[in-house]
Amino acid sequence: MNFALTDDLKALQDTARKFAKEVMRPKAAHFDETEQFPREIIQQAWELGLMNMTIPQAHGGIELSHLAQAVIAEELAWGCSGMATSMIANDLALLPIVLSGTKEQKEKFLKPFTEKFLLASFGLTEPGAGSDVAGMRCTARREGDFYVLNGQKQWITNGEYADQYTIFCTTDSTKRHKGIMCLVVQGRPRGFTVGKHEHKMGQRASNTVTLTFEDVKVPVENRIGQEGEGFIVAMNTLDNSRPLTAMFAVGNARAAMEHAIDYSKQRQQFGKPIAEFQGVQFMIADMASEIHAARLLTYESAWRLDAGERNTLVSSYAKRFAADMAMKATTDAVQIFGGYGYSREYPVEKLMRDAKLIQIYEGTSQVQRLVIARELLKGS
Amino acid sequence: MPIKILVTAKRVEDYESKIKVNAQGNGIVLEGLKYKINPFDEIGVEEALRLVAKHGGGEVVVASVGTKDVHEQLRHALAMGATRAIWVNHAGPLDQMTVAGCLQKLIEKEKPDLAILGKQAIDDDQNQVGQYLAEWLGWSQATFASKEESLESEAEKSKTPALQLSADAKTLTVIREVDGGLETLECSMPCVVTTDLRLNQPRYASLPGIMKAKSKPIEEHTPATLGVDATPKITVTKMEHPPARKAGIKVPDVATLMDKLKNEAKVI
Repeated sequence: MNFALTDDLKALQDTARKFAKEVMRPKAAHFDETEQFPREIIQQAWELGLMNMTIPQAHGGIELSHLAQAVIAEELAWGCSGMATSMIANDLALLPIVLSGTKEQKEKFLKPFTEKFLLASFGLTEPGAGSDVAGMRCTARREGDFYVLNGQKQWITNGEYADQYTIFCTTDSTKRHKGIMCLVVQGRPRGFTVGKHEHKMGQRASNTVTLTFEDVKVPVENRIGQEGEGFIVAMNTLDNSRPLTAMFAVGNARAAMEHAIDYSKQRQQFGKPIAEFQGVQFMIADMASEIHAARLLTYESAWRLDAGERNTLVSSYAKRFAADMAMKATTDAVQIFGGYGYSREYPVEKLMRDAKLIQIYEGTSQVQRLVIARELLKGS
Repeated sequence: MPIKILVTAKRVEDYESKIKVNAQGNGIVLEGLKYKINPFDEIGVEEALRLVAKHGGGEVVVASVGTKDVHEQLRHALAMGATRAIWVNHAGPLDQMTVAGCLQKLIEKEKPDLAILGKQAIDDDQNQVGQYLAEWLGWSQATFASKEESLESEAEKSKTPALQLSADAKTLTVIREVDGGLETLECSMPCVVTTDLRLNQPRYASLPGIMKAKSKPIEEHTPATLGVDATPKITVTKMEHPPARKAGIKVPDVATLMDKLKNEAKVI
């Protein structure tokens, strides 16, 4: 048992931390306010290798360990969780190919991302199918060497700017999760339209759109895995990405705590800094210990993946605990700032709005609880 | 024509750390400190990488003196793009003569065309190693290599770099910071250059760079194998915090200000 980060992990953390501090954070408020897409910052992250971390070395990537990805994800989210969501969206969209693609598919759909700045989107959720993935209505009909795709995908990160889309659809919706299949859609084929950017409560720097497919032809060789295997592909992908989402919560909460500590030492009430009041101290102590707990839980879930173990249970612990923790920590940070915390002039209300999304995307806190309960109650 | 440049990577306390004098008053409290590459050395690494790239290739060799901990700083320079590293393994206090002596011996072995060092290390701010080194090697030197403006504005980037190597690699033109302005020197090669803050903005160590650095070689020496006497010639006898600044005062009018400047501060 060893809890210390290795020198290699510390070096990766240093670069991510420096980038978050010098490049992301100074622009976080601007992109939150304007809801513009921070393309230049994301491109800079790509140049430094902070994106596409899962691409295997055999296909030109750096293939970082899950633990290394988790360490980096915390720093990026500390800088701005909206930007971090757009950066990690590539890995989420590429993971199904990494996990289930053939050698030829990896060469075709992954390698270009190592050579050029490209964006990818992961398309699972639909207007009528959120937590109930198997309820999806986006259909694919086989016609010779093509599938013909029809339906809608909602809340698609980077959708407006993506060069490649990993889309989950069904060949037979009556089969529920056994009918699901995964297809890679490149570029903007005929019949494929991108909706308008959704105005969100938080994480406003990340682009979120609806995708519509009307008789879109996708070559059969773009199918990842077999027909009917899509649900497994999606769940394996989420098992792999859940530690990163949990780490977003940790980075976001750590930012809130640091702001709260600084502010509580400066803000004077009743003739002394508010940091000297126990009510404030207890909130800070809770934040610190819960952030630490969430980080260790997430490290473990990443470490299990690196060890080749199934991590569904621990990664659900991590995502559930970390997301709920970040919501509480950021709410308390706003409380410590008082009226100033509620003002957009100060940084903590953004963190609170950003945290809310972490309880919702990539499996809500309730779905994580369901997963945990099912894992614990099943079989023997 | 490929060139070879030797650079340094001293391990120093992170400037964001809170430095406290220890109870004995002869050093600082080491507990909880973070360490970084000396920022001036990092600027030196960056400039060396740019010169080599511009000059059609070559080698950047990074050296550091200290315990195995300095591997962290050597790896940082390797991750930025340095070719290989040399570690002079030495525990215990270091003074400028020991460091300059080790670098002199390394340079005599490696025979680089140029050595680029930070003008000083941000721990004890001595600003002496580069000058000793040039003197002992009998090389020309240009200290405080700099640029006119900080932060590499667009206007500044389009201007000529502060270090320019002639096509035959025989001379190096260096813009350096002096009191009240800039001076341009032409040095015959080989030479020693020390870097000032405004020379460049060092690149980030990229993730692929960090992964590649793991397999780059670090060669080990000791002062003894280099034939350098590492006995410190300087001992720190006392260390203390600078006195705390007194709070300022507000004056009601110009007349009072003039009076205080004349009679109390006695500056006019």
